[in-house]
Parts: sequence; C-alpha cells; structure tokens
Amino acid sequence: MSEQLQTMDAPPSAWQRFRDSHLWHSFTRDRVAQLSLAIFVTYAVLALLAPLIAPYDPYDPAQIDILNAEMPPSWEEGADPAFWLGTDAQGRDLWSTILYGTRVSLTIGLCAVALQALLGIIIGLFAGYSGGRIDSLLMRCADVQLSFSTMMVAIVVLAVFQATFGTELYQNLAMLMLILVIGIAEWPQYARTIRASVLAEKKKEYVDAARVIGLRSPRIMFRHILPNTLSPILVISTVQVANAIIAEASLSFLGLGMPVSQPSLGSLISSGFEYIFSGSWWITVIPGVVLVGLVLVMNLLGDWLRDVLNPKLYKG
Amino acid sequence: MNAQVDSLVQIKDLYKRFSISGDFLDQLKFRGGKLVREQEHVHAINGVSLDVQRGEALCVVGESGCGKSTVARTVMGLLSPSSGSISYEGQRIDNLSDRQVLPYRRKMQMIFQNPYASLNPRMTIAQTLEEPVRFHNAGSSNTEIRDKVHEVMHSVGIDPTWAKRFPHEFSGGQRQRISIARALAVDPEFIVADEPISALDVSIQAQVLNLMMDAQESRNLTYLFITHDLSVVEHFGTRVAVMYLGSLCELAPTKTLFATPRHPYTQALLSAIPRLEDNRSGHIRLEGEVPTPVNLPSGCVFHGRCPHANERCKREIPQLIATSDGGQVACHAVEEGRI
Amino acid sequence: MALLEVRNLEVRFGLRSGEVKALRDINFSLERGERLGVVGESGAGKSVLGFSILNLLSKPGFIAGGEILFEGKNLANLSPRELRGIRGNRISMIFQDPMMTLNPVLTIGQQMVECLLAHRKISRKDAKRIALQKLKQVYIPSPEKRFDQYPHELSGGMRQRIVIAIGLLMDPDIIIADEPTTALDVTIQAEIMDLMLELCERNNVALMLITHDLGVVSQVTRQAMVMYAGRIIEHGPTREIINDAQHPYTQGLMNALPQMAIPGQRLNQIRGSMPPLQNIPTGCAFNPRCDYAMDICRSTLPEYVRSGGCRVACHMVAQQLAENAAPQTLEVK
Repeated sequence: MSEQLQTMDAPPSAWQRFRDSHLWHSFTRDRVAQLSLAIFVTYAVLALLAPLIAPYDPYDPAQIDILNAEMPPSWEEGADPAFWLGTDAQGRDLWSTILYGTRVSLTIGLCAVALQALLGIIIGLFAGYSGGRIDSLLMRCADVQLSFSTMMVAIVVLAVFQATFGTELYQNLAMLMLILVIGIAEWPQYARTIRASVLAEKKKEYVDAARVIGLRSPRIMFRHILPNTLSPILVISTVQVANAIIAEASLSFLGLGMPVSQPSLGSLISSGFEYIFSGSWWITVIPGVVLVGLVLVMNLLGDWLRDVLNPKLYKG
Repeated sequence: MNAQVDSLVQIKDLYKRFSISGDFLDQLKFRGGKLVREQEHVHAINGVSLDVQRGEALCVVGESGCGKSTVARTVMGLLSPSSGSISYEGQRIDNLSDRQVLPYRRKMQMIFQNPYASLNPRMTIAQTLEEPVRFHNAGSSNTEIRDKVHEVMHSVGIDPTWAKRFPHEFSGGQRQRISIARALAVDPEFIVADEPISALDVSIQAQVLNLMMDAQESRNLTYLFITHDLSVVEHFGTRVAVMYLGSLCELAPTKTLFATPRHPYTQALLSAIPRLEDNRSGHIRLEGEVPTPVNLPSGCVFHGRCPHANERCKREIPQLIATSDGGQVACHAVEEGRI
Repeated sequence: MALLEVRNLEVRFGLRSGEVKALRDINFSLERGERLGVVGESGAGKSVLGFSILNLLSKPGFIAGGEILFEGKNLANLSPRELRGIRGNRISMIFQDPMMTLNPVLTIGQQMVECLLAHRKISRKDAKRIALQKLKQVYIPSPEKRFDQYPHELSGGMRQRIVIAIGLLMDPDIIIADEPTTALDVTIQAEIMDLMLELCERNNVALMLITHDLGVVSQVTRQAMVMYAGRIIEHGPTREIINDAQHPYTQGLMNALPQMAIPGQRLNQIRGSMPPLQNIPTGCAFNPRCDYAMDICRSTLPEYVRSGGCRVACHMVAQQLAENAAPQTLEVK
C-alpha cells in the first residue's frame, strides 16, 4: 500500500468525549441550566432520601395526632418548633408530607413518561420505517388519541374505575392507575416526534448501507435509526415529565388521584384548599410552591436541551 | 437478447415509476362533475437494458434526474422495479424474498455518494465494519472477525488502531475509505458505486479512485460506476453507458465513446467538459431544458433539444442498434445515416 | 489605482479552542474588467475570502488585520450603512445555491424591483423595465412570464441565470461568484460560464471566480490564485499556472486530474489531506504532503518569490531561482 498511515492520538475515553461535547460546553456557560439542574437534583435527592430526612412518617397513623392539626409554619405566630413548615388538617408534619409527596409525584411522572416513551418509540419507529398504509393507520390513531384531551380521558377512566370497583380497591391501585392512564393518554407526542426524525434518518445513506448488508428491519430500526433519534427523545422527555406531574396534580386536585392517606403534591394542595379561607394558607401554598418550582426547573432544562440539541441552531 | 457467457449482472428492460400523487385520498379529484382517481408518476427509468460483464467497470453517466442513481438502487434491491428484471449470474434476483436474497447481498455491495451520511454517526468504525462480517459469517469467533476488520482497514489505508473512533473524527476522504472498507468486508464480487467521489476534493478524488482501482485489481471486482463526471469516466471506465431522461442513449467502450461519440446528446455532453486547454469556444449548445419525467415526450426523449430531430424522432422510440465500432446507440439519425 | 486592492488581509475565527487564522497574508488587486480565479480545495479559505471582501463574515469569523480597498475606500472600516451602498450595488455576489439569494415567497419580479428601489430613486415602472431588460440579457426565454413566477417554478439552471440577472441589476463594478456552477450539470455549467464571460466582457465588469474546478478557471479567467490552508501559494496569469505550475501543490492538483493520467493507470495522487485550521503545520503549510519538503520548509514560512509572471510561496522554487540567477525577493506589489 503506497498510502502512508497517519498517526493519531489514542482515542478519547467516553468521559473525555463528553467533556469535549457541545452539550457539556454549553452547560458550563449557561447559568440557568446549571441552576435548574442543581434544583432538580436537590428535589430528586430529597425525594429519594425522604424516609431518612423526614422527621415523621406521614403514612404511619401512630405518629399523627389530630390535636396538632393546622399548626402554622415556624415563622408564624403560635407555631410549634417541632413542625417547621407547620402541619396539615390531619395533624401531619407538612415538611415530611411534602418530601413524601414529591417522591410520589416524581415516581408517577417518571414512570408515566417511561410508559409513554416505550409505546411512542415503538409505534413511531414502526410507522416511520414502514411508511405507507401502516404509517397512515398508526398516525390516524395518534390523531384520534390527541383529539381527546388527556384530562378528559383520565377523568372518565378513573371515575368509571372508581365507580365500578369501589373506592377501597381504587385507593390501593391509585398510583398504578395514574401511571397507566397518563402513560397511555400521551403516547402520540412521542410517536409523532420519533416518526418525524425516523423519516429524516431513513433517507440517509447509512440506512441504505445497512439494508445492502442484508440486515433485518428490526435490527436496522433499533440498532441504526433509534440511537440517532435520541436527541429529540431527550428533549420531549423532560417536558413530558413536567406535564405528567401536572396532570397527576390536577387529577389529584379533582379527587381522582392519590388518596389522602398517601398524598402526592396535588392531593396535598387539594386537601388544604378547604382550609385556605380559614387562615391555614400554608397547607395549600407551600406544596403549591414546591410543585411550581419542580415543574419550572424541568421546563427550563427542557428548553435548554432543545436549544443545544437542535442542530440547526448551532451548526449554521 | 442472448445472454453472454461472461455477463455477471443483467438488467433487462427495466422500468421504474414513482407515484407523486400522495395517498388514496389525495388522488381523488373532481373532473366534470364526477369523482375520479388520478395518479401521476415520475418515469425515472424507461426500458433500460444493460449487461455488466465480469471484471469490467461499467460507467453510467448522465445529468441530474436522468435516472442513473435509480438504476444503481434498483440493481442493489433498495428499490423494486416497476417492470423488467435484474439477474445475477443468470439467476433472477429482483423478486426474491429477504431470506433468499441473502447470498447475493454478500456478492453485491454498494458505495455511496455522501461520506458524511453513509456512516452511522453513533457507531464506532469497528462496530460499523464488524457488523457485516458478523452478519454474513455466523459462528465465526471474535478474533476472526477482528482480524478481518483489521485486514480491510489496512487495505483501504486506514490505521486499524483508529477502530474505536467515531465517524465525525475523520475527514471526508477517510470516511469514504471506511465506506469502501465496509463494502469490501464481505468479500464481494460486484460493487455498485453511486457517485463515490463527487463529494470529495480533487486531490482526495484521486486517492479514492486509485484505491478503487487497486481493489479491483487485487480482488477481481466488477464495478457499476455511477457518475456525472465525464473526465473520471474516461479514466476509470471499461465501457460507458450514457443516459438521458431515464433512457439509454449510447453504450460503447470508453475509448470509442470519447473518440467518436455517435448520439447527439453524447456529443453535446462531451463538448461541455471544461478542459484545461485554452479552447473555450466550441461546445455544442443544447436548446431548451430537460423535460420533466412526469410527462415524457413522445418518441425519442431527446427530440425536443436535438438539432437532428425529424418527424420520425417525434413519433417512434429509437431502439439500441449496434454500430460498426463495437458500441450501441439509440438514435434514428444515426440509424438512417443522417449523422 | 486598482479597482479593488486587498492588502495584508488576515481573517480569524474565534473558536472554543482559541482563535485560528482562516486567512493570512492575502495580497492581490483586481482591475476593472479583469477576471480572477481563486482555486483551492475545501478548507483552503477561498469562500472566506469572498465573504470577507464584502464584510459578510458570520459570527465566529472577523477581519483581524489588513485593508480591503475599493476605489481607495477601506471596506473593513465602513459603517454598515455605507457598506450597504456598496454591497449588491457596486460589488455583487453570486452563490453556489441560487436559493441563498432568492426568496422563495416572492416572485422573481418583486425581488428584482425591490432590489432596484432600495438602491436607486426610480419609479416602479422604470424598475420593472430595467429588470425585464436584465432578464433578457441573461437569455431568459419569455421574461415577462418569468417575471411573475416564483423561484420554485424554475429549473436550477434558470434560477442561477436569474441570480446572475439580479447580480447585474445595479451595473456593478465587481461580481464575486462563489462556486456558481458547482450544483449544476456540465451542459448547463458550460452555458452559465459562457454567459458570465460574455456579460463581464460587454459591461467591463471585474469577475472574481471562486471555484475548485481547474477546468473552469482555465477557460474563464486570465489571472488565477491558488490557495492552501488560508494562504495564497501561487498567483499569476492563468495560462502560466495551468501549463507550468511552480508550486508542488499546484502541480499535484493538476496531476491528480484524471485527464492528466493515462486511462486505466493510477492517478498521481497527493497524499494526506488539507490540515484543519486549528492544526496548520509550522513552516510551509503544505510540507507534510510535499514530496520535495526540506528542513527549511518545516521551520520557516516561505516568502513570495517572482518566477516568470507568477509569485510563488515555496522554498524550493526560491532555491532554484537563486541557483539560476541573482535572487530577487519580491516585495508585495
């Protein structure tokens, strides 16, 4: 071979690649993204470690005393130093309940989005790659699904379930039901995004090359096309988790979500709502602020990711 | 047409149409108060027959939209023909199932135009090159596969120690080498190259062309080489097929074609190559523009722009006829001895 | 005074890893009616040169030094307002992709008239008359019909003609054409090149043709500059460069053309590839790929020497000249 082989340094490790990436570079310069991620990580850690951090266990009836009900937070008059954010109408420590509630909200949000992503990715990949009639059929299904609002579907399904199987069973299965309902109602978001990027990737020559090798369609879809559609998946995932958390909070607020014995942030807000005019504003307002903060940082992260991962914005 | 003994790939009377009318609902139209279904087609290939002979480099040239890439993709089975057939060593391959066609995937490989899109950006070079080897040699050990990958990387001039890198770390020329390595990894006999050098710089073009010629020599390859660049054809091709608007105009050994082009379109095409010599006058100006392949002209597709066209050219589609110097040409004027 | 004179132009790009020089030591001049070809491979900086003349460099790029004198005025120092008076008016630019110039939602006529009204105080009626006349000049069949069509209704060759017509609209002194025919087929390329030649000759317009195609340069231009890694390495009459290239890179480029080799034989390739801007070798940028590289090539940037009608930046050429006659180092003209 007359060709001289040029030398190159050793290939960089995965960590080095990440350090050199556009993603990391833009993160180091974006204060909003850094702050959002820090807050989100704080939420996640607090939620994860709730049993260790929380001074009381809100699920344990033995630790709840109705006599402590509606204590104001520590900076208000008449507060009990044992409860720094006060207590709710049942005498539960609000701080502990919020920690556990965040945990419930995040779990539902993440699991529902995982379900959406699973359905949406499979359907979107299949529709985009197959094209033709299958594509039309699946996308029309998605359109039909989208034309019912998520809340409407959820309310109908949950209300019917509650009426048919009774409140007892419903309260036991509430978390699973919420995950299923929110997960199934929102898959078209994923399916549409994935399908659009599959259509763009499918035209590229590396897909033709894989077909020329003789690889089977599933392998081409999952091994070759899917990894190249990860950026949009990442972007919509952050926003979708925020949406799922809001959906859960709204359903809980309407009394169709988590039971009072196992409150999420939404049901906590809802349970405090009756007392807001009797002066116990903190039962509603503090979990409300926590919820708004969580959703806000997730949306900010989503915005930042979208700006960074949109190749049109930074390559041009 | 009699099948020649040494023909490797045979394309017979190939037609390919693409529908551009959208789905069923878009095709419904109101005409004169009645609901009718209307479909419009792009006629990409119209009756092309070609024999690729073992060991040759058959070049297909033509301007954009003449259907040369469609021929390449149809031969490789990426598109299925609307009618006509493709045979490999006498065995028809265009109507086989995915499983039946597998042995031929090993023998036929493809090199693509855009080195920036033809490698999967999320796979390392090693993964890209190992995949075809592993797929076509089920049961071979990891060491065998690695050795094979090292061998092909070496043969295209890419250092095997770079195997752990991703495509974006390579230059365009290097990526095209890797793309060639992927095609060579399964030890094919026949390679379809779709504009493999048109996205590269002049000095890199020479490197890649040399590489392809070396590979042809050492591995006994047969090429179907698609390009718009006539100077490359003159250098690389054994025979040249000139296409215009989905039809074959002329097919001749390279030397003959460049010395004595017969078809008026070939003549115009050759005269338009910018040469280094200082003779800028004298290229043949064609009138008008290439017609759309949606509504093909009647008769000879070239008649609207041909200086030699007559009534017969507007009516009758010319067939390929053999010429005295070993080529074939589809032109009434040549047949009648008018040019 | 030359129509356009570029002196010691240096353009840099502010990258994450630091500033890199995209152009350095750029010196040339363009007379009225002259045709100059700028040849180079991708990454040589030839397009950057075209953009920097009109100060159209996009974000990370900026002019770091030197002067671009158009009729004695330094374009690098003009206010955006003054620059607008020159851009598209005295100097116009034609790009590879006609859709970079044409707005897809306006008709051809609207775009041409807008352009005229922006630069001149004339009535709409006059503007239309001038526009139609320019369309005729570029041999657009039935210009009245095309005037009311949208760009997508036209073929690629026709669009490029329209772009040329728009370029000619203000009767500019200079046309900078950046790969104007690369996206077109050979037969159309030949027609467009003929057209540009004819128009430049008839209107006495200076043409700066940026291309990678030596064939096109050879047929269209009288002067040529070969660029490599942001520097002019050879500059002189086109014929002389084509027939008797001095710089090893230019020679390599010519020899790599398939037309220069015997059919079926290996082509004379240049090994390696153009270095990225962040990583330009010290000394002569071409030295790692050069067959004649000497020690001095690896350490010192070659100065320009005059050889025949050309100026060349190569140590080897300089040495040969020194051996043949008394050396004459050329100060930049």
